[in-house]
Amino acid sequence: MIEIVDKRDVAAITNKMQIEFAAVSDNESFARMAAAAFITPLNPTMEELSDVKTAVSEAVTNAIIHGYENRNDVNDIVMMNCVLRGDVLEVEIIDQGVGIENVKEAMEPLYTTRPDMDRSGMGFAFMEAFMDNLEVHSDVDCGTAVKMYKKIGISPWIGSEE
Amino acid sequence: MEDFKVIDNYLMIRLPNEIDHHKSVDISSKADRYIMSQKVGNVVFDFERTTFMDSSGIGIILGRYKKISCFGGKVYAVNADGRIRRILMMSGLQDIVEIMD
Repeated sequence: MIEIVDKRDVAAITNKMQIEFAAVSDNESFARMAAAAFITPLNPTMEELSDVKTAVSEAVTNAIIHGYENRNDVNDIVMMNCVLRGDVLEVEIIDQGVGIENVKEAMEPLYTTRPDMDRSGMGFAFMEAFMDNLEVHSDVDCGTAVKMYKKIGISPWIGSEE
Repeated sequence: MEDFKVIDNYLMIRLPNEIDHHKSVDISSKADRYIMSQKVGNVVFDFERTTFMDSSGIGIILGRYKKISCFGGKVYAVNADGRIRRILMMSGLQDIVEIMD
């Protein structure tokens, strides 16, 4: 289990939302749109919006095709928790699927259990690259929780560098 | 919807607005049908309309590459914007995909 401890001061919660949806692939786009819509009041850049959408898409896809073994059963539920602490987004994707036996191995770039399904094994690598922080908790036969953090709204001097 | 067109020995795939796992299943199976039935050697992915892609897009490209590379085929990416280029690079695909403007 990989745990990245966040040493920043934890600010108070300023907004939150929670949605539950069926683990069917149509909902991958719904989930990333919802997360993107949730952060729009923070005036994110296009880049930040794409980063969050990509990371959420990866986590939800993992829940659907690995956690729930691509059953596309409407009774399988994926939960998305979004919390804002000032300008920091915390987004958590939780499934009650099969879980991951070896999280460290699963997080390695190019590692995939489903090469037959054209999975590239880049899901966790993309989540790590596009978000500031990533925590993965998983128990076999219980499920997996992926929690990601990202500060929204880049400071002006970084913006002018582009 | 994505469009498929065979020109000489090339399969041109006009990719959709958003490429995720949901869309990728269909694109991959259609592409494979063209590759098998029309015996095309090379595949061109056209990202002109694409504004979103996650790692499922990498899976589509890698999967098709595996199918055609053993017969000497090549994979091309055209009209990829900065973000899609970055995603291709992050996945190490610049060695197997020829990225063109």
